[in-house]
Amino acid sequence: MPELGKYAGAVIGSYVLAALLIAALVGLSLWQAARVKRALAEVEARQGEK
Amino acid sequence: MSIWEYANPKKFMQTSAWALPWAVALTVALLVTGLVWGFFFTPDDYKQGSTVKIIYLHVPSAMMAINAWAMMLVASMIWIVRRHHVSALAAKAAAPVGLTFTLIALVTGALWGQPMWGTWWAWDPRLTSFLILCLFYLGYIALWSAIENPDTAADLTSILCLVGSVFALLSRYAVNFWNQGLHQGASLSLDKEENVADVFWLPLLVCIAGFILLFITMVLMRTRTEIRQRRLQALLARERVA
Repeated sequence: MPELGKYAGAVIGSYVLAALLIAALVGLSLWQAARVKRALAEVEARQGEK
Repeated sequence: MSIWEYANPKKFMQTSAWALPWAVALTVALLVTGLVWGFFFTPDDYKQGSTVKIIYLHVPSAMMAINAWAMMLVASMIWIVRRHHVSALAAKAAAPVGLTFTLIALVTGALWGQPMWGTWWAWDPRLTSFLILCLFYLGYIALWSAIENPDTAADLTSILCLVGSVFALLSRYAVNFWNQGLHQGASLSLDKEENVADVFWLPLLVCIAGFILLFITMVLMRTRTEIRQRRLQALLARERVA
């Protein structure tokens, strides 16, 4: 771990907040992708049966 | 072969399915390399101390916040001129990614500004235009959600995108237009005097490449979701009619 001195809060805070924002974006996008893919597969299967 | 082939949703889905795993792998590799290099293996700045390590997040995210809007503008113009649905959906898919980059730039800027300028925020030309750009992102996303007809939503958001481009441009050049405020000029420049020192420059370039690829990866993934969502809505509408 590098010596960050009196600015440790600002530097680590920046990295943590950026990681959280990117994780939220990626997580939300993956969740939406899975939800829509599942719903589409269900409807396609249902309409294929008719 | 023409670029317009990719405006075909089927072709886009095929190509993006092939490209996405490569894009994810390259994004992770570049981001990990750039951030670990910048955080652990670069020295402190003689003026700014260890806060210089924030540059590896702040500069790439700010750059991509503006470039994401530029991509949305191009996609919106393609929608307006050629009526390709994939381009409108790509613009829609890019907005939350651009908003995330804008928030990262604002938050890291505040955390960097407090120890260096003595304040979290100043009504400086660049900061203010960036805040307005952030509000445009929110407005753009809200407008897409507010309108039921997707073609009307695409039309109106394209116009909003065009108007917001003024602020995207101001965010980039505000420092040059108004020679005042706290924010410095460009960190990356062909002018040796203005450019960051070489020791910070290379890891910064790797981080910028990582953020560009993160944007491409997320837009590809989100556009695929939007295309599936559009097909789902069409099938459900057909079911209701039948």
